[in-house]
Amino acid sequence: MTDPRKVIAFLDFTGHWDASLAFVMLGAITVHALFVRIALRRTRPVLASTFVLPMSTGIDAALIGGAALFGLGWGAAGYCPGPAVVALAGLTSPAFVFVGSMLLGIAGYRWRPRFTAGRSRSTAEPA
Amino acid sequence: MNFTPIPALLGGALIGLSASALLLLNGRVAGVSGILGGAIQPAKAESGWRWAFLLGLLLGGALLMRFYPAALPSAGTGVPLFVVAAAGLLVGVGTQLGSGCTSGHGVCGLSRASVRSLAATCTFMVAGALSTFYVQHVFLGIR
Repeated sequence: MTDPRKVIAFLDFTGHWDASLAFVMLGAITVHALFVRIALRRTRPVLASTFVLPMSTGIDAALIGGAALFGLGWGAAGYCPGPAVVALAGLTSPAFVFVGSMLLGIAGYRWRPRFTAGRSRSTAEPA
Repeated sequence: MNFTPIPALLGGALIGLSASALLLLNGRVAGVSGILGGAIQPAKAESGWRWAFLLGLLLGGALLMRFYPAALPSAGTGVPLFVVAAAGLLVGVGTQLGSGCTSGHGVCGLSRASVRSLAATCTFMVAGALSTFYVQHVFLGIR
């Protein structure tokens, strides 16, 4: 996944489809699903006091819209966040351009101006 | 590209082990977009583990560069840098709005049988395929 050509070959269903990425997912989920069962039988993690897991359950517009935007970017460049950070070690310009603009996108979202009841708040605040 | 199922399965298993270690030891979800967001938002306390995780990703990349540089090829995709920059912005905003990426939803969420993550994963797979099709075959004109 650190080679964006491999990701593009997975997402491109025309011509030679390369299913490798599905096997990455299969390997990761098989192993992790097993450990999730083991982990959640414990009352607490080994080195921390509590498990911090996502609590939301509903499928809303933010989830689907965000995933769609993410997918559009992922398919265009062939990078998703984790492998993109790893790919920085290859010192290639696409990896640096991608991670740089991804961080801008993350920071821009986290510090977006929020307009509530005629009062604008553009300073940093916890989400 | 050539289909490489065995290295893909092994690499995937390593990703699964990494996510499992973070969950078992620290009680945290290995979602890289969430880790990046939490690391750069100083208003949130305890970002230390996030920076440590990111440092690990970078060190992993450095090890690949040293022992298996074929994983980090210098050959590009042919996608122009301004498109790569736009893609990065979309990934940055999209992952924060949608609360996760391939690791958080695709690996961790699906492993916990989260319906939200299943919906997100199906959505970004379809959007990714459409985007790849457009960029590769319409924009770049590759047949």
